Amino acid sequence: MSTTEQNLPVKAFTRDFNFYYGSFHALKSINLPVIEKHVTALIGPSGCGKSTLLRSFNRMHDLYPGNRYQGEIVLNPDNTNILDTRVDPIEVRMRVGMVFQKPNPFPKSIYENVAYGLRVRGEKSRSMLDDKIEDALRGASLWNEVKDRLNQPATALSGGQQQRLCIARCLATDPELLLFDEPTSALDPIATANIEELVTQLRDRVTILIVTHNMQQAARVSHYTAYMYLGEVVEYGITDEVFLRPKKKETEDYITGRFG
Amino acid sequence: MKANELDQIRSVIKTNKRADLIFALAGFLALMVGVMAFVTLFGEMLANGWERINPDFFSNFPSRRAANAGILSAWVGSLLVMLVTALSAIPLGIAAGVYLEEYAPKNWMTDLIEINVTNLAGVPSIVYGLLALGVFVYTFGFGQSILTAGLTLGLLILPVVIVSTREALRAIPIHIREGAYGVGATQWQVVSDHLVPYATPGIMTGVIIGMSRAIGETAPIITIGALTFIAFLPPSPITDTAPFLNFEWLFSGFTVMPIQMFNWTSRPEEAFQQNAAAAGLILVLMTLMMNAIAIWLRYRLRKSISW
Ligand SMILES: Nc1ncnc2c1ncn2[C@@H]1O[C@H](COP(=O)(O)OP(=O)(O)O)[C@@H](O)[C@H]1O
Ligand SMILES: [Mg+2]
Repeated sequence: MSTTEQNLPVKAFTRDFNFYYGSFHALKSINLPVIEKHVTALIGPSGCGKSTLLRSFNRMHDLYPGNRYQGEIVLNPDNTNILDTRVDPIEVRMRVGMVFQKPNPFPKSIYENVAYGLRVRGEKSRSMLDDKIEDALRGASLWNEVKDRLNQPATALSGGQQQRLCIARCLATDPELLLFDEPTSALDPIATANIEELVTQLRDRVTILIVTHNMQQAARVSHYTAYMYLGEVVEYGITDEVFLRPKKKETEDYITGRFG
Repeated sequence: MKANELDQIRSVIKTNKRADLIFALAGFLALMVGVMAFVTLFGEMLANGWERINPDFFSNFPSRRAANAGILSAWVGSLLVMLVTALSAIPLGIAAGVYLEEYAPKNWMTDLIEINVTNLAGVPSIVYGLLALGVFVYTFGFGQSILTAGLTLGLLILPVVIVSTREALRAIPIHIREGAYGVGATQWQVVSDHLVPYATPGIMTGVIIGMSRAIGETAPIITIGALTFIAFLPPSPITDTAPFLNFEWLFSGFTVMPIQMFNWTSRPEEAFQQNAAAAGLILVLMTLMMNAIAIWLRYRLRKSISW
């Protein structure tokens, strides 16, 4: 690994991480650092395991029977292996937020959507909720568009606004790590540009791991990139290096194939 | 494209469209059979019973003289029985449906229970009456009361409530659940804050459809021994002294609309047949009203719940 990683704090990393959907071995010996307060992008062809890896970081796979983790995903500063069976997945999800491929606001008001994470944490004070909701909506660059209609249904918002609302829903609870699974794949180009802009703003505040099938997007928003293929991380490094001087032939083929 | 090719395409389209037309006609005829049957039945009841429908008909007890007889004890009885039915079937059905859909492990036991629940919906209602006679009347000692009748009909519609709860839950997209789990909600928080509220329109529709079936049920109510001639009202559930609620009505004897109707149809006099028709009319209107409420509720709630 390059010197940069040795000097920068690692927010999370996987160690010999394997994942199985039943008997299907979806991820193979993954060793990947996620550098704190930076954006790490996961790229690779469809079906290579990007979502599977991402969803392991908040133990989303626990929701379905037959899934099995092996190895470690360590979260700092407390150096906790979040895959340890003694670690409650609820606790992991409280620390690690997630934004999904398709905007998924609850069929409730805009206010209640952002409030929900706080409510499950037992926050009841109205003034506290109001403050945090405003902060989160500002953080997601949505405040100006919705401040006059916080009590209207979230589903009336446009797709791009809904996705920013989902980001605000995560930001409200101050996650240590934020996971994005192809957050712009269901959006039009303008909404996509807005979300990308937002990710570049957020990267100084929060550690981000983002899956994208759009390589220009990875190049624009990320500091580090991991190229995955058939359940393995083929190459990992500083984004510019991975894109301009890939070390592996497979990476180069993928990148040039897509660009050319 | 050559001109004759175009002609060929047009003639194919024409043949294809003929099937469309034939089906539309056949479908319309099929629909008319149902509609006409209902209109005829309803029209006949309307013609026979119309004159009897006046305020006295609702406020009079049954009587030996047809002209004085009314449905007071019957509609009050039906209302109270339905109240017990709703209060028992809704919480039980939702809880069972949520458990089966969300909590139960996916194994053969669950499959077996699921098959049984579905089959329960097809059990003849008189069987429920027999069961209730044994369990509620004799074993629990509830007697031939409103409580027994309400619980019996509650059991009868339970499968409908369970099945509609499960279907409504299944219609909620996975990404909405994951959104809730994603911010750290527990399973119970996901169920109570999201799934059940979003499933409510579907559940309510099931409940009301079940209730509109239950309100017309006669066989199980006769089996548990409801009286056919009742000239008193159950004690009022609401009193003017603290604690303002009274539960004696639960153990009161009672009659219900379909039984009152049945009683009148079994009399030879023409005038009683008129009463029966009038009572039938009211019963059908009650059912239609419940269905209208179901449709309205579903429409209102669906508008606010979408994904
Ligand atoms: N729930 C599942 N059960 C079984 N196999 C799955 C499941 N989800 C994904 N897979 C398989 O795991 C592999 C990785 O999928 P995924 O992580 O979704 O890929 P990506 O996000 O890179 O497109 C694919 O081969 C896919 O078919
Ligand atoms: Mg994916």
